Amino acid sequence: MNASLAETPSLGSSWPLWRRQIVGILRLEIKKNFLSKRALPMYLLAAIPVVILMMLAVFDRGMQRGVRTNLSQAFIVFSNLHEGLILRTVIFFGCAWIFMNLFRGEVVDKSLHYYFLSAVKREVLVVGKYLSGLIASCTLFLLTTIGALFFLLLPRGLQANLDYIFDGPGWAQIVDYLGITILACIGYGALFMVIGLFFRNPIIPALLVYGWEWLNFLLPPMLKKISIIHYLHSLVPVPVNEGPLAIIGEPTPSWIAISGMLAVTAIVLGLASVKIRRMEIQYGSE
Amino acid sequence: MEAAINIPINSTAQASVATEQMIIFEDVSKFYGEILGVNRVNLSIAPGITSLVGPNGSGKTTLMNLMTGLIQPTRGRVKVLDFSPSDPEVYFRHVGYCSQFDSFPAGHTGYEFIYSYLRVQGYGKKVADQMTWQALERVGLTEPAKRKVAGYSKGMRQRVRLAQSIAHHPTVIVLDEPLNGLDPMARADAIRLFRELANSGLHLIISSHILHEVNAMSDRVIFIESGYVKAAGDVEGVRNELEEHPLQILVRCDQPSTLAARLFQESHIVEVRIHDDRMGMFVKTRNTDMFYELLHHAVLEYNLNIETVATVDNDLNAVYHYLIGARQEGE
Ligand SMILES: Nc1ncnc2c1ncn2[C@@H]1O[C@H](COP(=O)(O)OP(=O)(O)O)[C@@H](O)[C@H]1O
Ligand SMILES: [Mg+2]
Repeated sequence: MNASLAETPSLGSSWPLWRRQIVGILRLEIKKNFLSKRALPMYLLAAIPVVILMMLAVFDRGMQRGVRTNLSQAFIVFSNLHEGLILRTVIFFGCAWIFMNLFRGEVVDKSLHYYFLSAVKREVLVVGKYLSGLIASCTLFLLTTIGALFFLLLPRGLQANLDYIFDGPGWAQIVDYLGITILACIGYGALFMVIGLFFRNPIIPALLVYGWEWLNFLLPPMLKKISIIHYLHSLVPVPVNEGPLAIIGEPTPSWIAISGMLAVTAIVLGLASVKIRRMEIQYGSE
Repeated sequence: MEAAINIPINSTAQASVATEQMIIFEDVSKFYGEILGVNRVNLSIAPGITSLVGPNGSGKTTLMNLMTGLIQPTRGRVKVLDFSPSDPEVYFRHVGYCSQFDSFPAGHTGYEFIYSYLRVQGYGKKVADQMTWQALERVGLTEPAKRKVAGYSKGMRQRVRLAQSIAHHPTVIVLDEPLNGLDPMARADAIRLFRELANSGLHLIISSHILHEVNAMSDRVIFIESGYVKAAGDVEGVRNELEEHPLQILVRCDQPSTLAARLFQESHIVEVRIHDDRMGMFVKTRNTDMFYELLHHAVLEYNLNIETVATVDNDLNAVYHYLIGARQEGE
């Protein structure tokens, strides 16, 4: 009876096998994340900050002058924009869209069972899907961050910018902003993948998280730490003033902020794996 | 509701089959909230073609989804060849499932669809490519392989899903209503393919709500109704019973008299009644399989235009009673 088994090409052992499986998942998912109709809102969101800074750079005389004469003031403006618009809004909703759709989208399309019927551990599927979301969100929102920085610095002219980047603090600052963008995708991505798995209608939990993240500055230090924006906020190279109502906690050192974020992400992914192991295929009324 | 009848399918030939070659349901129940899917199912199914037959809503899909881990039992345990669906990495090297969902990931060609999921399982480019073409060849889809699945006919979609479920060379293939919605030609082709697969040593579990269309290719039949396995047995007895209960089939087509004349040359045709509007007929046959083959040929031969083919009566009661009665006598 094992004639057909004997023909089955061997798949080899765990780690190399899982790596190949993840590559296989990425092949499918990255195409979907970037090219499907669902990707459109993501592109629109990602363009918003860039368009705003482009308009300012082109049309706003005051801004142009400010950037030329007082760069540190300009970076305070940029930090606020980066946190308020890029992190809290664009990346937040962009990740919500991308990561909540990783599994939900396939339930809507009734195609998730093809994964579930493949000889792949569901944990490997979680990791593959999550990585595909990270690749999509990081690519896009890094471009957003770079584009926004580009238009911020544009009015200063080439030479001044080269000096700023290579002889001044520019390089480190830019790397910081990009790093924060990546961390935001890692954190919000894991969070929203799990929300998408646990809630039938994930909009309301997502909005609750949104509110929580905005009110974070009002919270006592203990509660502050249960959030993603808190850690991102601690890492911003040019501090953002949270306003007169803010309760000032101890600033979290950056190594704690980063490892804390990664730890929380790992826990959240673990949760997702448990959930996905128990998940049943019920696409609704047939 | 009568008490569950638990039927291990045992014939002398199968008594010696080891559990690592069996599909085993151990006291399996599945409830969807309050709704009963299946209840207290005990089965040990030996290699060969097994048909799972029952009316719509009887629990066939539930049993198949339980077998493949798409849903989890409320109670009990399912094992296939000693593997459990809770370890998909191992399980699905041996099992392929062609489900009832007629949906695909967006934008794929037939080839990409199969190839992609082989890559997901960890096969390298070259091997996956070879396996994909093999599977496509097996179901006769090599020619349209590079066209988008979205443009496929129902029969082609059915076949590409079948190809996908056998592409990784499983030992056990589970097929949920694979004949549903196929036109007579596609149906005859599909049945031929299943026989081929079984002949090459595979185990097939095939569900259908029409006994007549699966009995000819099955080694044994399991009847299920309202979530309970009602009877199970080797197919010989069922076949005899069916001889006495010909299946009525509705055919809407042009040239019904030409077709009728051709049909009457066959011994399995019991009765033909042409509709008053002369655009169709009722046919009673003792052998659905042969009827569909015949219809297939007639379409090509006479250039018939067929609008509908549908089974009319699908009353399994007589057969249930026969089987249940026979079992009781035999015990
Ligand atoms: N997801 C579900 N939620 C609630 N009830 C379900 C679900 N799936 C199936 N059922 C019920 O379980 C019973 C068996 O269904 P099913 O296994 O699909 O039968 P079949 O495949 O034989 O038509 C039916 O009464 C059906 O309504
Ligand atoms: Mg069904």
